Amino acid sequence: MSTSTAIAGPVPGPARDQRIARSLGRRRHRADLVVKVLCILATVIGLALLASILATLIARGGGSLSLAIFTNMTRPPGSNGGLLNAIVGTLIQTGIGTLIGTPIGLMVGTYLAEYGRNSAIANTVRFVSDVLLSAPSILIGLFIYELCVVPFGGFSGIAGCLALAVIVIPIVVRTTEDMLQLIPASLREAVMALGAPKWKMIVLICYRAAKDGIVTGILLAVARIAGETAPLLFTSLGNLNWSVDLTQPMASLPVTIYQYAGSAFEDWVDHAWVGALLITIGVLATNVVARLALRGRR
Amino acid sequence: MSATMGESQSRQASFGGAEARSATAMNEPRIAIRSLNFYYGSNRALKDVNLDLPDRQVTGVIGPSGCGKSTMLRVLNRMYDLYPGQRATGEVLLDGENVIDASVDLNALRARIGMVFQKPTPFPMTIYDNIAFGVKLHERLTRSQMDERVEWSLTRAALWDEVKDRINSAALGLSGGQQQRLCIARTIAVQPEVILFDEPTSALDPISTLKIEELIDELKHDFTIAIVTHNMQQAARCADQVAFFYLGEMVEVAPAAQMFTAPRERRTQEYITGRFG
Repeated sequence: MSTSTAIAGPVPGPARDQRIARSLGRRRHRADLVVKVLCILATVIGLALLASILATLIARGGGSLSLAIFTNMTRPPGSNGGLLNAIVGTLIQTGIGTLIGTPIGLMVGTYLAEYGRNSAIANTVRFVSDVLLSAPSILIGLFIYELCVVPFGGFSGIAGCLALAVIVIPIVVRTTEDMLQLIPASLREAVMALGAPKWKMIVLICYRAAKDGIVTGILLAVARIAGETAPLLFTSLGNLNWSVDLTQPMASLPVTIYQYAGSAFEDWVDHAWVGALLITIGVLATNVVARLALRGRR
Repeated sequence: MSATMGESQSRQASFGGAEARSATAMNEPRIAIRSLNFYYGSNRALKDVNLDLPDRQVTGVIGPSGCGKSTMLRVLNRMYDLYPGQRATGEVLLDGENVIDASVDLNALRARIGMVFQKPTPFPMTIYDNIAFGVKLHERLTRSQMDERVEWSLTRAALWDEVKDRINSAALGLSGGQQQRLCIARTIAVQPEVILFDEPTSALDPISTLKIEELIDELKHDFTIAIVTHNMQQAARCADQVAFFYLGEMVEVAPAAQMFTAPRERRTQEYITGRFG
């Protein structure tokens, strides 16, 4: 704003000392090295733990993996049982739980990012959702137990689905809101400037722009509920026989693992390891397939 | 300091070239702004602005950062409605209708007054769908009619030859300059009457900038255009009339040639010779 440029004159303070400059440089290098080593160390520890878990799973579970696991029901110890009912039960409950929880989570996340923003209601919803996100899952199991199991007189598959859905909701809410908020205002303005109503902006442009992140959030939720045991103990309970009836108790891998791993029978313990391996492979495969599909469409 | 002065004087001399392109007579106003005030909360960003945008001519809006020139542009298509706490008073008349009236249908208004932004904002979809998106909001066309409209608008935006072989590939794969021309194509595909350009070339390289400027020159045969720019040479090259904004006031408006050679106001003179801003 000034109409003339002032002449600054010589730099104040002592002249630069090359020795001090070099020693400062060396100190920077040392600090850089220390931080780098610490970071690499942390990465190695994390990866080593992960690798050791996977290796144990494969070593213990892989050995007992056989066709019978996929064709036979859970049976008493020593009678060549399988895990078929538990596998199918987990697929059904994880699938329905995701199908119920994802649309609700998506809509709540959309409300928070696009409509509620910083209103009192939105802040309350956001807070409650974040509390739910870190709530112990056994509490969610008890909640559904009181809500669906006690009034209807028994454990049921659908109660398990609902408990898992309650876990899905806050995860999807958080990722959906975060991903929608990452969309720059300039993109929103460009859509509105064409004369688009707000809902079309959200559904046709924002969801598309945030697709990768939202799908990642849903996958995180799937991975989380596929391995949940506590909320199922009070809801779908587990079932030693074949059942796809949602009004009856339903088997699931985590609950079966929980029952088998603590038993005294060698083949049950082996099957618990197989179940753990199957869940891990299933979650890993879902992630890889979804990521490949997203990449292919880009 | 003397070097700065010399540079600004030679810059001023080059404004003489503006005479060749800009019209000397202004058409009838398409948009008439009367006593426009604008508030960000309690902060008054525009003060009693009066300005006419002549029909099918280019109005350049210049001024230092924060002077209200973009704000003025965003009033014309009610962009400010997206943000709570922003409001305008006064009149912005488009064919006799006050566009800042609360009862105005915003979607219909934005179909009539299109806008191109500083940063290219292609939608995450194919080039074809980028154009079709806006058209579908306001018209129901058959597939072949839509094909024609897409080709027409891309041709008008001088982009057709570069993208006709990959019309169904992602728009995000285009270069920055191509993306901006796609945004222009997307805007004209809706067939607006007025197009607002908010610093459309400030994120682009010189070649792309030149192409956009040529395009604006071509588009003014059919559209009424307002362009906000930080670049005074750009205003001189593109605009028929130039308005100078300073601290929320519209200080002066004049045909481009006159503005850059013989401004009436001392503040205008100081700004275009590079004394401040």
